[in-house]
This record gives sequence, C-alpha cells and structure tokens, in this order.
Amino acid sequence: MLKRLTLLAVLLLPAGFAAAQEGENYLHAGTDIYNTESLQRGARNFMNYCSGCHSLQYLRYNRMGTDLKIPPADLAALMFTSNKAFDHIISAMPADSEQWFGKKPPDLTLITRAKGVDYVYSFLKGFYVDPKRLWGVNNQYYPNEAMPAVLSSLQGLQKPVFKSESVDGQEKMVLTGLELIPPPPGEEKRYLTPAEYDDFVRDTVNFLDYAGEPIKAKRQSLGIFVVLFLLVFFVFAFLLKKEYWKDVH
Amino acid sequence: MAAAPDSVGGTSPGGLIGWIDERFPLTKLWREQVSEYYAPKNFNFWYYFGVLSIVVLVNQLVTGIFLTMNYKPSAAEAFGSVEYIMRDLDWGWLIRYMHSTGASAFFIVVYLHMFRALLYGSYRKPRELLWIFGCLIYLLLMAEAFMGYVLPWGNMSFWGAQVITSLFGSLPIIGGSLVEWIRGDFVIADATLNRFFALHVAALPLALVFLVVAHLMALHEVGSNNPDGIEIKKLKGADGHPLDGIPFHPYYTVKDLAGIAFFLTLFAAVIFFAPTFFGVFLEEANFEPANPLQTPPHIAPVWYFTPFYAMLRAVPSFAGTQVWGVLVMGAAIVVLFFLPWLDRSPVKSIRYKGPIYKVALAIFSVSFVILGVCGLKPPSGIYPLLAKICTALYFAFFLLMPWYTKIDSVKPVPERVTGHA
Repeated sequence: MLKRLTLLAVLLLPAGFAAAQEGENYLHAGTDIYNTESLQRGARNFMNYCSGCHSLQYLRYNRMGTDLKIPPADLAALMFTSNKAFDHIISAMPADSEQWFGKKPPDLTLITRAKGVDYVYSFLKGFYVDPKRLWGVNNQYYPNEAMPAVLSSLQGLQKPVFKSESVDGQEKMVLTGLELIPPPPGEEKRYLTPAEYDDFVRDTVNFLDYAGEPIKAKRQSLGIFVVLFLLVFFVFAFLLKKEYWKDVH
Repeated sequence: MAAAPDSVGGTSPGGLIGWIDERFPLTKLWREQVSEYYAPKNFNFWYYFGVLSIVVLVNQLVTGIFLTMNYKPSAAEAFGSVEYIMRDLDWGWLIRYMHSTGASAFFIVVYLHMFRALLYGSYRKPRELLWIFGCLIYLLLMAEAFMGYVLPWGNMSFWGAQVITSLFGSLPIIGGSLVEWIRGDFVIADATLNRFFALHVAALPLALVFLVVAHLMALHEVGSNNPDGIEIKKLKGADGHPLDGIPFHPYYTVKDLAGIAFFLTLFAAVIFFAPTFFGVFLEEANFEPANPLQTPPHIAPVWYFTPFYAMLRAVPSFAGTQVWGVLVMGAAIVVLFFLPWLDRSPVKSIRYKGPIYKVALAIFSVSFVILGVCGLKPPSGIYPLLAKICTALYFAFFLLMPWYTKIDSVKPVPERVTGHA
C-alpha cells in the first residue's frame, strides 16, 4: 500500500509542476501550426506590418518559404530588406532606433516560446487610447509598453473601461476591459470587422509560433512513428524476457 | 571464429577472442562482470533505475559531444549558436532536445534509484562505499547540471547562475573573493561561461564516468542487494553459485532491455511532444537571451534543484547573515553520506521493518516533493511555512533515524528471497 502511494506521488510529480505554471488571464489565441494557409497569411501580415521594426533574426527567408510552401515569386515579394533567400529576416530599423521608442524593437523569433501564443495574441488586441503615453496608447496586457498601436489602422482605436474598486481602503480605478471606438460615419469600410481583426491577429501569432520553432510540426508528426516503433520494440523485448525467464523458479 | 561454449569454466576460446584473451582479460571480464555475475532473482520495478541511469548517462555523453561541435562558448555567440543548432544543423533540434530532456530524465531516474536504496536498505553494510560513491555521483551530477544550464545563455541561465554563485558570497571572510574566483569576473560574464563550459564538457563528465565505474566495481564486489534485503551469497548451491542468484546475462540483460524500451518510449514522448515539459524542463524565460539589466519575473532553479532551493529560502537570516540557509542546504546533501551509520535497524528491507520506518519514509518522501513544489513557487502565501515544516521533516528523517530504527518492531527475515518479478 505504502509502495503504491509513494509510486503514485512520484508519478504525479510532473502534474504538480504543470499545475504550478498557471498563467495570467490572457485571451485564448487558438492557433494551429498545421494550418499552412493561416501560416502563409501570418507571414504576409508579419512582413507587411511588423518586419519594418521587428526582426526574426534566427529565421531565414528560404526556410520560411519551404516550410510554409510559399512559391519563390511570392517569397521574393515578401523580402523587403534582402534579395538573398538564405538571409535571416532582419528589420529595417537603424542601430539608433532606441532613441525613437526609448527601447529597441525586440527581435520576435522566440517571443511565443518566451511568453506564449496567448500573450502575443492578447497583446496585439490589448491597445487602448491613453493620452499620457508617448504614442497615445497603452496596453492592457503589458502596461506602459513602448510600442505604438501599429495595427490601429486595421482594428480602429479602443478605449478603456474602468471600474472603481476599493483596494486597501482606497478607491482605485481598475481596468476591466476595452471597448472599440466606433469609426466616424462613412469610414467603417477602412477597418476590419472585429472578427476579421481577430483572424488577422491569430494568423500573425500562428506564424510567430512557427517562427519560434520551425521544426515543431515535423517533430510532432515524426514523434508518432518513433513512439509507435518503441512500443512495438517494447512488446518484443518483453516477450523475449518472458521466454528467457521461463526457467527461473 | 571458433569459440568453446563459455559455460565450460576455464576453457579459453580460440581464434581472435583467444588471441585477445592471451593479452587482455576480455573473456575473464565478461564472465566476472556479466555472464557469471550472479544477481538476486527477485529484482522488482525499482531495480530498473540503475541501468536507466547508465542509459541516460550515455545519452548525455553522446548528444553532448555532438552539441559541443556546434555550440560556441562565448557570451556574444552562445544563445545564437543554440538557435543555430535548433534550426540550421541537420537533426540538431533532436540532439538538443535529447540532451535537455536527458538532464531532467537523469534526475528522475537517479532520484528513484536513491529512493530504492531507502526502501530496501541498499546502503547498509557491506554497501557503505557503494552508497557513498552514489552520493558523490549525485553531487557531481548537480554541479554538471547547473553548469550545463548556464551554457544556452538565456536569461534564466544568467540569473540562475547569478543567484547560485552569490550563495558562496554569504560565507564569512572568504565569501567575496570565492565568488569572484568562481565567476572569473565580478558578475556572471563571458569568463564564467568559458570556465563552466570547460567544466561541463571535460572535467565533470570525466569525474562522473570514473565514479560510475567505481560505483559498479563496488557493486560487483559485494553483490546486489534485493527487495528482501537478504545476502544471497550466504546460501550457495553445489556449483558454488548463490541459490537465489541468476547470471546477469542473459536474464537481466533481456529484462533490462524491456525496461529500457519502456523508458525510451516515455523519453521519446517527451522529446517529440513536450520537449519543454510545460516550462519545467526548459523554462520560458530561457528563450530570452541573457540580459544583465532585466531579471526574469520569477527566478527559480530547474525543478531538480528546487527542494534544496526551498530549504535555502526556508531558513531566515540570523545575526546579520544569510549563511545559515546555505549551510542547511549543504547539510541536506552531506547528511546523505552518513545514512549507512544512521540506520540501526536489524533488518535492511522495508518489507521486514516496522511501522515507524514506513511512516518516516512516507513523510520524508512527501516532504521532499512538497519542498520541490515550494522551490518552484514564489515565496509567498502558504509556501514559506510549508517549506520550513518540510525542511525540519527532511532532517528529522535522518537525524532521528538512530533512535526510531532501534525501537521499531521488525518481522523475521526469511532464509530465501520471496518470489521473482
């Protein structure tokens, strides 16, 4: 009984660690690295809206082209800072860009591995108007970040919704959510609908998830065969053991 | 290649093997260490973890050699060279994940291997040296793992190394200069990375392999313990072999083969489907390059160190110094070495020990796991209190052992081992 209990405790150990990793309240990104079309759209979005400032310094154009099944001609159209397909994806930011934003736009190759897809998805949906900030915007999921609301030309602007709450006996304004500011009449067509914007962000984050570990899809599909092979090998090894141990009494 | 059947003792095979045998004890070694090494026939589940430790050690050595070929031990290039391995090197991702998962797997099998010794009294006379070699292996393994964790030069590598090396700074008088000597700089820097690389790929693996050989030599000298804690050498048959023993080869080689296959299945499942193991085997903060200006939101060592890290934090500073926590953490390892002389029970195996030892071992095991969880969590809420209680229980298990094992009731130990798995 004791043996069983300790064994159980030992086997449950990883589960306890997994539970220890609970994150903050991020939105669910719902990305899928097996959806090649989404990855292609995400690559296009990234190159058009992000790559001006953000590099993917560990990803090469041709690797992206091969993995995402982008035809060479289309790939060339996505290469803004280089004409060599084996080059890494480096932004056009000059070395002194820190003076523009107070911070160098970070490289995004491993952003999803460091922070998770849900964080990046939430971040891109979390901009709201805040006149106190340098670029006039703040972010619900990364307060006082240094990035302008680059995607507001697609999403439109959001305004914060505050609620008065008493914290330690003091009344404080707590951010509870964001609300889209309706565009001026006649200009609705310039913006994506909220659902379209969600898809836009999801595709982009999906692409970043791919960029974080280009081998991921192959790794998982290969893993099925490796594990199946080892299981079959285990069965034969087990039968061999039984055969040999027949004469042990 | 004609060879006489090796079951006929003393006959030297001819051919190439015979040629070698006249110059090197090949057949002799094979017989003594493998085909005529008699192991108890009643090994159970817990006896797989020894051979699995060797499997993981070989995995670490082989994948490590290939990683070394492509890794650059410099602060400027280390992080990028790991991404180069993950992306541009053919199968580099597999080699790297085998190595990073292997590090955690090593500790899992070693912890279970040590727990087996606690279950069946494998540290008792005449296996004291065997146990001490094992403790040294565990100690070296921790140093090896710590330095290996610094090499990818992620932000957690950097800050983990910063925190762990600064522990030595709390030692009186020599502390400050000792830390500088270890780091080779005033902070964790390029010089630190270079020396940790040298220690990780040359010095410590050499020492580890040497100690593993010594561990196995000691084991084969005294013979394996078993779940009944009986010395099988006491009862020998007419052929001079232990009645309850069977030759290691082929019986345990085929049995271990099945065990290894099962282990590799789980190992491969982690490598291919959850190589970061939900941020436990590879921490998220380590996917950001080392940044001396920005600490990760929450610095915690990798899971296999967290029980000791929790002990460190559980001890409050006293008389103006933090050194007590460091001493307690060190004592938690040192006390392991004395285990053979702390256990005063007349029997070895938990099967014949009384209820007090069973309860003590259960409390100890649960405390160790809780300490591990406490070390992963930020020190707030219930965790500091839990860590304090479990630190006390951890030491109570060892320090009270001479008394509770003496007064504990025992069951009669049978002459022969009971059954086989």
